Amino acid sequence: MAVPAGLKKISDTVWELPVSYKAGMNVPARVYATESLINEMDQGVFEQVSNVAMLPGIVKYACCMPDGHWGYGFPIGGVAAMDTATGVISPGGIGFDVNCGMRLVRTDLTEEEVKPHLKRLVDRLFERVPSGVGGAGFVKISQDEFRSVVEQGSRWCLDNGLGWEEDLELTEEGGCVPEADAKTISSRAVERGYKQIGTLGSGNHYLEIQVARPEFVYDKETAGVFGIDRPNQVVVMFHCGSRGFGHQVATDYLQSFLKVMVKKYGLKMPDRELACAPFSSPEGQAYFSAMKCAMNMSFANRQVILHRIREVFSDVFHKDPADLGLRQVYDISHNTAKLERHTVDGQEMELLVHRKGATRAFGPGMPDIPRRYATIGQPVIIGGSMETGSYLLVGMETGAQTFYSTAHGSGRTMSRKKAKKMFRGRELQQEMESRGIYVRTGSYAGLAEEAGSAYKNVDEVIEAAELAGISRKVARFLPIGNVKG
Amino acid sequence: MITVGYHYLEDVAIADAAFEARADSAEELFKQAADATMNVMVDSLDDIRLQTTRQIRLEDDTIDMLLFQFLNEFVYYKDAEDLLLRVAEIEIKQNSNGYIVSAEARGESMDLARHKMKVDVKAVTLHLFRVEKTDSGWEATVVLDI
Repeated sequence: MAVPAGLKKISDTVWELPVSYKAGMNVPARVYATESLINEMDQGVFEQVSNVAMLPGIVKYACCMPDGHWGYGFPIGGVAAMDTATGVISPGGIGFDVNCGMRLVRTDLTEEEVKPHLKRLVDRLFERVPSGVGGAGFVKISQDEFRSVVEQGSRWCLDNGLGWEEDLELTEEGGCVPEADAKTISSRAVERGYKQIGTLGSGNHYLEIQVARPEFVYDKETAGVFGIDRPNQVVVMFHCGSRGFGHQVATDYLQSFLKVMVKKYGLKMPDRELACAPFSSPEGQAYFSAMKCAMNMSFANRQVILHRIREVFSDVFHKDPADLGLRQVYDISHNTAKLERHTVDGQEMELLVHRKGATRAFGPGMPDIPRRYATIGQPVIIGGSMETGSYLLVGMETGAQTFYSTAHGSGRTMSRKKAKKMFRGRELQQEMESRGIYVRTGSYAGLAEEAGSAYKNVDEVIEAAELAGISRKVARFLPIGNVKG
Repeated sequence: MITVGYHYLEDVAIADAAFEARADSAEELFKQAADATMNVMVDSLDDIRLQTTRQIRLEDDTIDMLLFQFLNEFVYYKDAEDLLLRVAEIEIKQNSNGYIVSAEARGESMDLARHKMKVDVKAVTLHLFRVEKTDSGWEATVVLDI
């Protein structure tokens, strides 16, 4: 694929579209990628990231991360920081799956200890963490109680015996975003979501049992602080979001913003998926609150799944989860907008940072990092494709250039339809099993769509992020068991 | 004569699902688009028994946002009531305020023993979203978030 004329090389990993690229851009757009990644990027990334640069109140640059690909409104991998006084908030900069994210859990177990029980573990996880289309979880609550969940997030889980105090400390935002007001969410959103706590969903969502081989632990000291501290250690990683609830919140406000953006606020954007409202407006504030409710639902969802993982391991190994060392490493969000303080051109300011398919990656010493990680930086969890492996990274001081944001995954390169033509789900499952990866899925067609070859090379994405100085490698994990949503 | 039906598009939205629907009337277009949306989730629409009914009535200024709302109903019932629905009857009217769709959707609860499920539709997007009346009939392009 050809890069657009006018794309300027700033460094080996930073590429810029200047404001002259397209009428209406308020700031330049910057894409973070190596030369080979930039050459492979689809045209949509350049179109969309330059559209993002048109949003009112955007500060410094519209950014796209190395795993960027075509999305809606924003590209996947898009980052935009808005001045809170003059800027907008846009659901297109967050995504339909609000607070889609990753959670990583370490164990004291090694691959040798887990292998004999692997099938049982995966089968039990497949039963206890429902996945697929729609789907209800095992948490039975009323719609009223669900309204408390979305205001309290993981705290609600803790109060109901579904977690440990330290889980909250080791979750972005402490697992509970404050000032999430359930009055700002629709009854339809509640109806879509109240039965879905503790469910994976489908598409690229998964739960994996992985191994940290010694040759793939790149920074032993940092890995040790994150609890990755023994050869061939088994970890559990999963990827999911706010389910039907979050999707409905995004849909509701996309429609509400479209009604007011031109008529009331005179905001004209080139794409309806960039629907937005001034952050300080009543509509902008209502969406910000509803979006925080969806963030809390997602934290609660992943918290309940962590609880199920502990139950399953405990059942299979006949030991208390604490004695198996089933401690959370961290939980990150990669579809959010958050209020953060950043220094721009020497001036500290409060910004609303949109990250869509991008992960916050705070460097050492920054606020909002768990105390135990304060001197080394925030853990960043990157899900690869289900075949190729995933990464644990850490934020860096030099991340200020992207408002401390980095990649979120490997990024697709092949359409779902094409992947389905090329791969057969059952064959892929057998082939993966012969390579030592045991997979359970409710949908073989869905499995084929997630084949490793449908994704960019995750190693290259991680290299690009490290070269650019926005995150660095700590460890790479290889899958041995997978529950595919 | 236009060929009534829908087909999925490759390489329009690589992480998601996109389709184009065609029909000779707006009503038939809505029906095809609803089927195309459901067919992303259910392998064979013929496996859905038409035994439970839901009434849908929506209004909008424009026909494209009316279709956007209409398809969202099917996504909503899938999560809120576990229902897999298809359009049984449909009428679209135009008045001075815009468009009104009245429809009866029929289907049944998801049953994993009989319904081969594929991937979930999270949302209907407005990315490349298009409803058009052409010389030969009606066309729509829709991208679904997976």
